[in-house]
Amino acid sequence: MRHRFSLAPLIYVTLLMVPVYWLIVMSLKTNAEIKSGITLLPREPTIANFRMILGDPDWYMGYVNALAYVLINVAISVTVAIPAAYAFSRYRFAGDRLLFFGFLMFRMMAPAILLVPFVQIFSDLGLIDTYIAVAIAHCFFNVPLAIWILEGFISAVPREMDESARIDGYGTWGFFHRILLPQIAPGIAVTAFFCFMFSWVEFLLANALTTIDAKPIGGIMTRAGGVLAADISLLAAASVIGLIPGVVLIFFMKNHLARGFSMGRVT
Amino acid sequence: MAFAYLAPALIVMGLSGVLPMMFVGYYALHDTFAGNSFVWVGLTWFGQVLTSPEFYGAAARSLGFALLVLAIQVPLGIYIALRLPPKGVLSSIYIVLMTIPLLTPSIVVGYLWKVLTLPQAGLLFEGLRWLGGGLDMNSPAVTWAVLLLMDAWHWTSLVVLLCFAGLRAIPDDYYRAASIDGAGRWAVFRHIQLPKLRLVLLIAVLLRFMDAFMIYSEAYVVTRGGPGVSTTFLSHELVQTALIQFDLGQGGAMAVIYFAIMVCVSWAFFRLIVPRAPAAAGERAT
Repeated sequence: MRHRFSLAPLIYVTLLMVPVYWLIVMSLKTNAEIKSGITLLPREPTIANFRMILGDPDWYMGYVNALAYVLINVAISVTVAIPAAYAFSRYRFAGDRLLFFGFLMFRMMAPAILLVPFVQIFSDLGLIDTYIAVAIAHCFFNVPLAIWILEGFISAVPREMDESARIDGYGTWGFFHRILLPQIAPGIAVTAFFCFMFSWVEFLLANALTTIDAKPIGGIMTRAGGVLAADISLLAAASVIGLIPGVVLIFFMKNHLARGFSMGRVT
Repeated sequence: MAFAYLAPALIVMGLSGVLPMMFVGYYALHDTFAGNSFVWVGLTWFGQVLTSPEFYGAAARSLGFALLVLAIQVPLGIYIALRLPPKGVLSSIYIVLMTIPLLTPSIVVGYLWKVLTLPQAGLLFEGLRWLGGGLDMNSPAVTWAVLLLMDAWHWTSLVVLLCFAGLRAIPDDYYRAASIDGAGRWAVFRHIQLPKLRLVLLIAVLLRFMDAFMIYSEAYVVTRGGPGVSTTFLSHELVQTALIQFDLGQGGAMAVIYFAIMVCVSWAFFRLIVPRAPAAAGERAT
């Protein structure tokens, strides 16, 4: 359709950026200036907060920890979801719909419901305060989502492809590796993006399952947040750095984003 | 054969979904002393939760919040998606920028909006004062408005992205045919775009409804559940009961009921979505 220029997206995006702008401005101000009233630009920009966070392992390890469990989670979720999505796409078996729903149901479950058992299970296993605990906990919502998205992409690949691969002598592994995965590469990228997003923003479980060594940045900010009124600019700087992994991911994904998440057959 | 492909996912979900859920069920039916010896109490906890006004209050607030979130974000998301340029540099810039809030950790979202509402430091507070108004965070209506605004800031773009993807999948021929028939903008939306958006919209509605229904961190950072209990949602009530009062039985019963609500809602949506998902796959398989 011929597109008429519209101001609406411009206004929408501008409004979305206002809080981000404000966060950046505050991170560059001193607390004294923040308290002295509103200024749209920092009078004397300072990077002291950033220097402090990036120079103190107690702070910067928070980002490393969060990234570590998120990446482990994305790896697990995508890896186990590909064969499962393939099964849902290609096979019909007793209870397939019910099983698909069973998976989906967990995506819809509140982390708060599973909080206490997770704490108990991972303490019994001696895994509290490890990346793997948080990565596994986040699987309950990311694995179903990954299966759901990938099922659409795999179903968009014609079945004839499977058969001709078999005739060409590919085994199961060779078929996945050489034929199927290259076909659904954009789907894997979209899936990884969504898994990253939902694991990266989750806080309740990530904070409850960690104490010191694996504490995500959000937990460190919460601890420092007791003095929130006193150190707004430091927390603003911590937040700004917390935006960076997302921005990097968006940069890598920008072609997929711009083309729209073609959710395979689902759209 | 299908089972071999499903096994890894089943193992992971067994560990991270089914097993903890079984624990929750166990807590809900037992009483505990210091968390190590458990006594069967049947449905006592359920009785307690189902007669507790706090539970109904929190459930009603969560439901109300989730419905308001949908009422705001779905129309806004569709509207923005329709108005986005379909391709080009400007389109990419818009989409990249609007994805930033989606990837903001929820705790950062909470702090950001907390700070925006502070006197002196907060742009929202000072902006409203400059306009001659004010921002009274002791008023339940105002805190609700702030939370809805915050959630709209964080997640509306998800609806935009999904709808945008749906719109991109509509072949140009459809529009050409519509313009030959002299269809206006509304007719095109009503008869071409909206039906084609049905599936993505269902996904967007389901994800937004559930995530709003279980909101925790962002809202907690901004309001601490207050003023009073006006922004204490179901997740807050649950964490408060199970973890802070360490009342495992009542927390477990509450979790089971919460779970049951989510299963019912998911099932309703699933019935709407699935006629085209695994069932269709099954047809191809036979």
